[in-house]
Amino acid sequence: MELTVGPNQFFWSAERWTSFYDDLAKAPVNRVVLGELVCSKRLPFFQDRIPDAISTIVDAGKEVALTSLALVTLKRERKLTGELSEMGVEVEVNDLTALAHLPAGLPFSVGPLVNVYNEGTLSWLASRGATRVCLPPELPLASVSSLARAGADAGLAVEVWGHGRLPLAISGRCYHARLHGRSKDNCQFACEDDPDGLAVHTLEGKPFLAMNGVQTLSDSYTCAAYQIDALRDAGVNALRLSPQSTGFTAICGLYRQLLDGVVDADHLVDAMSRIDAAMRLSDGFLTGPRGADWSGKTVQP
Amino acid sequence: MEIVCPAGTPASLRAAVTAGAHTVYCGFADETNARNFPGLNFDRAEMRDGIAFAHDRGTKVLIAINTFPRAGDETPWHRAVADAESCGADAVILADLGLLDHAARNHPRLRRHLSVQAAAANADAVNFYAESFGVKRVVLPRVLSVQEIAAINAETEVETEVFVYGGLCVMAEGRCSLSSYATGRSPNMNGVCSPASHVEYHDENGVLDARLGGYTIHRVQKDEPAPYPTLCKGCFSAGEKTGHLFEDPVSLNAEQLIPQLQKAGVTALKIEGRQRSRSYVAQVVGNFRAAVDALEAGRPMPEGMLARLSEGQAMTTGAYKKTWR
Repeated sequence: MELTVGPNQFFWSAERWTSFYDDLAKAPVNRVVLGELVCSKRLPFFQDRIPDAISTIVDAGKEVALTSLALVTLKRERKLTGELSEMGVEVEVNDLTALAHLPAGLPFSVGPLVNVYNEGTLSWLASRGATRVCLPPELPLASVSSLARAGADAGLAVEVWGHGRLPLAISGRCYHARLHGRSKDNCQFACEDDPDGLAVHTLEGKPFLAMNGVQTLSDSYTCAAYQIDALRDAGVNALRLSPQSTGFTAICGLYRQLLDGVVDADHLVDAMSRIDAAMRLSDGFLTGPRGADWSGKTVQP
Repeated sequence: MEIVCPAGTPASLRAAVTAGAHTVYCGFADETNARNFPGLNFDRAEMRDGIAFAHDRGTKVLIAINTFPRAGDETPWHRAVADAESCGADAVILADLGLLDHAARNHPRLRRHLSVQAAAANADAVNFYAESFGVKRVVLPRVLSVQEIAAINAETEVETEVFVYGGLCVMAEGRCSLSSYATGRSPNMNGVCSPASHVEYHDENGVLDARLGGYTIHRVQKDEPAPYPTLCKGCFSAGEKTGHLFEDPVSLNAEQLIPQLQKAGVTALKIEGRQRSRSYVAQVVGNFRAAVDALEAGRPMPEGMLARLSEGQAMTTGAYKKTWR
């Protein structure tokens, strides 16, 4: 099984962004998807660095794709989406607007924010030129198995959300701005102080969600470590790891060792708790019953 | 402008038709539609009878088949589309790419509308669905301002339908798995959001907690009204603040924006609420029909006509006004 690194979902400084991709070039992953997924207002801060990051990663022998925005409403966002394929790397479609703009016949990949719930959708996307689909994180193992088989039949690689805070929702409203009493248009980049999103607690003080501008994420970090055998049996081709601000290249290394049989899931979980003791884990979308549930080892901090 | 009204039961359908609905939308009693609640929706015979009743009175019927078919088991969704056609539906409302493709290939004469669950939020996406699947109408997601809706209409031949009244999704529809994260049941897969089966009220020392999937997301004094714990309208804390961080427990009411929506080129106004009673449906439909008739006759819009129905619940015009964001 291969490892794909998904696009960074958060707003990081340009320097942090560049050094993240410099480090990632040395990590044992096969494929990197980069670009802005969540909010077009963040893009000007690092847009001019994208070509260099692409070169660095390609020179390290990895595949690169460029993500579309997850929600495209404004005219300049449509223009930006239309220009994605001009960068010369594969486009990962995370909103169908991007597919509408792709030149016919150009292969593309499909990200986790496009609703691919069944074989009909998978085969339609394959007929349009999709070569790879990262399934929506919400899908249970039974659906993943059916879709991985259908993907193999259609000659298309199937990827599953393997690690990281789950992208649960996207909105027209910016929650970070709202929290600071501002509107989206005058957000003053309220999200930049929270490199992994801002913790949202329930009224009894349980950590529950993380706000990230217009996006809402899970508090928990998905960890598919205990499902690797099931995913491999199902024929899943790749595991997607979603960037976080601390210890990410070490996390990539751990998953590579897990896939290679060098370490087991318990070891990976122990090691991750040393990277960030506050990281709560979940794999409930795969195993049920609830997305927030965790089937693996509990590590005492 | 066309008024598109919800009908969760045959009785509501008849109430909506009688109250002057131009169009009624409903669903089959299973997980193929996004209001898969106990005791709601239509079996095949009820659907046929309901459509006949509506057609006799000049009202159209749309059938929502707007959840995402399950991998390995798409048959119930395919059967729903086939049965919608044989029952005489005027259109089906679909969200899934695979199902749209299936319907376009196997039921080419059955008119296809794009569900709000597909969240087509700009003219490129709307036109893409029209070119790919022959979609004739799109229900726009509730993330757009009136100006953005006008811009979409300026660039597409596809009819647009917008929500004007009822429940309000704060997140882009069809792209939200908050509910399944907390409860295991989601709008996309199961046709439910924040389901009642996972709601608990907990009463201690005069304080009433409302929990969803074990998470406490509302807390009121015992004598205060306790709103239903819908996830995105729950109470949370982040940073220094505790409150309704995503959205207040409000519902949508865009009645005063009807003239602007008409100028923006909108074809149809949609009322949410297939889970509502027939008397509610009849009253809302009657009021909106009166408003549209007044507008078309050049009379002033009746004011505050729906205040009574909201029973003290706060109303919002949602994303239609840009400041909402």
